[in-house]
Amino acid sequence: MADGEVVADHDVLMIGGGLAGLRAAVAIAETSAHLDVAVMSKVYPMRSHSVSAEGGAAGAIADDDDTLDEHAYDTVSGSDWLGDQDAIEAFVAEAPRELLQLEHWGCPWSRQPDGRIAVRAFGGMKKMRTWFAADKTGFHMLHALFQTTLKYREVTRYDEWFVTRLLVDDGRVQGVVAIELMTGRIQAVTAKAVVLATGGCGKVFPFTTNANINTGDGMALALRAGAPLKDMEFVQYHPTGLPFTGILITEAARAEGGWLVNADGYRYLQDYDLGTPSPTPVLRSMELGPRDRLSQAFVHEAEKGRTTASPYGEVVHLDLRHLGEKLIDSKLPFVRELCLKYERIDPVHELIPVRPVIHYMMGGVHTDIDGAAGLDGLYAAGETACVSINGANRLGSNSLPECLVFGARSGRAAAEYAGSAPPTTAAVQAQVDDEVRRLRALLDRPAGDDDGVARIREELQSTMEEAAGIYRTGPSMEKGADAVQALRERADAVGIRDTSRPFNTELVAALELANLVDIGECILLSGLAREESRGAHQRTDFPARDDEHFLAHHLVRRADDGSPRIEQLPVTITRWPPGERVYGR
Amino acid sequence: MTDESDDNITMRVTRYRPDKNDPPVPVDYGVPLRKEWTVLDGLNHIKAEQDESLAFRWSCRMGICGSCGMNVDGEPRLTCATFLSDYAPGPVRVEPLANFPVVKDLVVDINDFMEKLPRVKPWIIRDDDVTEIDGEYLQTPEELDAYKQFSMCINCMLCYAACPVYGLDPDFMGPAAIALAERYDLDSRDHGARERLDVLIEHEGVWGCTFVGECTRVCPKHVDPAGAIQRYKVKAAKESVMAFLLPRAAGR
Repeated sequence: MADGEVVADHDVLMIGGGLAGLRAAVAIAETSAHLDVAVMSKVYPMRSHSVSAEGGAAGAIADDDDTLDEHAYDTVSGSDWLGDQDAIEAFVAEAPRELLQLEHWGCPWSRQPDGRIAVRAFGGMKKMRTWFAADKTGFHMLHALFQTTLKYREVTRYDEWFVTRLLVDDGRVQGVVAIELMTGRIQAVTAKAVVLATGGCGKVFPFTTNANINTGDGMALALRAGAPLKDMEFVQYHPTGLPFTGILITEAARAEGGWLVNADGYRYLQDYDLGTPSPTPVLRSMELGPRDRLSQAFVHEAEKGRTTASPYGEVVHLDLRHLGEKLIDSKLPFVRELCLKYERIDPVHELIPVRPVIHYMMGGVHTDIDGAAGLDGLYAAGETACVSINGANRLGSNSLPECLVFGARSGRAAAEYAGSAPPTTAAVQAQVDDEVRRLRALLDRPAGDDDGVARIREELQSTMEEAAGIYRTGPSMEKGADAVQALRERADAVGIRDTSRPFNTELVAALELANLVDIGECILLSGLAREESRGAHQRTDFPARDDEHFLAHHLVRRADDGSPRIEQLPVTITRWPPGERVYGR
Repeated sequence: MTDESDDNITMRVTRYRPDKNDPPVPVDYGVPLRKEWTVLDGLNHIKAEQDESLAFRWSCRMGICGSCGMNVDGEPRLTCATFLSDYAPGPVRVEPLANFPVVKDLVVDINDFMEKLPRVKPWIIRDDDVTEIDGEYLQTPEELDAYKQFSMCINCMLCYAACPVYGLDPDFMGPAAIALAERYDLDSRDHGARERLDVLIEHEGVWGCTFVGECTRVCPKHVDPAGAIQRYKVKAAKESVMAFLLPRAAGR
């Protein structure tokens, strides 16, 4: 089979076809039409995980009862002051325009009776500013954006190509090696600039809302290419996932007035400094507190024996019954559909069993405010990236506009860079050949009977859950890090049963596993280095926030010998000095 | 892994290896029959425990990404939203979606659809040339309701697998693409109905349909592509009558 060919050369190549990658592509097509743009993804764009986002997208509409400063403050305090405030200020300023742009591109936003955009409340937000398309917001945003990109016939798409390596020479990223899944051919596509927009890495844990494709590919590619990852210890648990499947029940269910109750039917959040119960939702209070605090409250409630046992772990219940069928069908139809299908319960009449579930990676590829990733020619946006606007805890409905704002910014910055970047160097071909040899060796490695990709992945996932769950300790993470090293050796030695080339999902799974191992290691090492509790990183051996030592990002990068090294980077504070996070009072 | 107290069900999975000359062949696998398990869970169990080479697409496992369509007991289904227990005592047949070329095992080639999609211009087309965005285009909840149903398509390809016309005539634009054209036609913000109608008339886009209605019956998101096709036929018929009666402006 003809492997190792450089099949195309582009100015800018997006890796990932979700909201961030497509937004970057359109930004370039609109502003730099002379540039040659391409989008490569391991799935068709409309399969990207943006499609699963439910609740909404935050953008303060200035002429209503809201200000950009309030959105910024909510985001800063939600981040437990780890978010960079210059990035947050840019984000809140540009989010409304991006959401309007999506409106002009056909997104079916839910509306007020007079035809204007409707907004809803969301966790940790002091004003109603979350735009929504019922409770399929990500689905509608992604399809509207994807369909709009079809207008730009000059944007080349590589659907179902799995990237295995970034080509780096002369200190610059110059393209990728990828497997064209349909044929199994290993090919290279060069580009003056590459934008990573591959989404998150939830599959490093066993119980997650994330899709099968969320294996941290872009983060692992960047790390191996020499770019640092940032704040990898901050992994978000969403408080309301369905047991067994881990399917998300959107925060919008609580924004519309849903209650979280324990085994006694008691709204237990009132016991965790989140406010006092009220029959109707109160902003930044109780069920509309931030996700980190709500997930932590669940753990304490379970310790007190006030949760309910289910075949798939302890659960509490989400009560939507008082909202009535009409509201549920108009504002939360997908919640009802998912409950009926996967739990065989009707939330109009019954309680929904829920438990915290891995949902989002606050960390990611370290970038500046324009998506530049610390290696010439490399950019990142969306969940893959860590700008950081999310700091130690992301607020619900900030991630969709983040994809748009920083997708567009990265696209524009990458285009500007590509406009003046030198051509591809000849040395790149040697790297392509090297990668072909590596992948062929993996394909030729016989599979043993006693180990396999699925088994190693499962052990990695349970290791991570034990080591770095909602509450962590130094010893739990050290033990986990040792176990991950052992799993790395097994992953490096694993063989492939499927020796055929077309659509070799076993090969892809083995490569994804290697990515997950790298990500898992970064999460644990960053977590070990952070001897404090902040946002989603809660250490029972260091239970307090320690601004003196840890009001700083963690960068993790590969040393020349391959071992990870951690360093600190100061947080950018513009207008909001570190303070107490206050909810419900 | 299998708990001995559990019942089992046989999944009869069609295997096809493109690198071998053998035709597709059904292979039986026993998997646990648990009430929470979908057909997709069964396939993942086979892949993890019995044969890691089994190839199929899946991603969100919540019925929204559209990846995991297959024929289950002869019927196009999203396997992540189809429960094994509905097929007890089995065996349950799992085959690749009909009407598409098979790439490997349960993976089919949908590039034909991906190439047709842009032809129906599924994006907002405006008469005015708005470059500065001052505010939203107003759209009342009633105007939203007019097209909402047609905006729910997840491109899962079940309707193409069920469509007898597409099976015979691959040039037929197909249910999902026509439903998407209708979605934009009905959107109060859009002015592109005329352009889309031209495309659908020119490419024989709608005429092939014989109103079997299989597309609407199998749609997991209740999009009703058959209804969209029906509406287009009426629009196209009106158009052809008008074409006889009225002179066409130059340049159209």
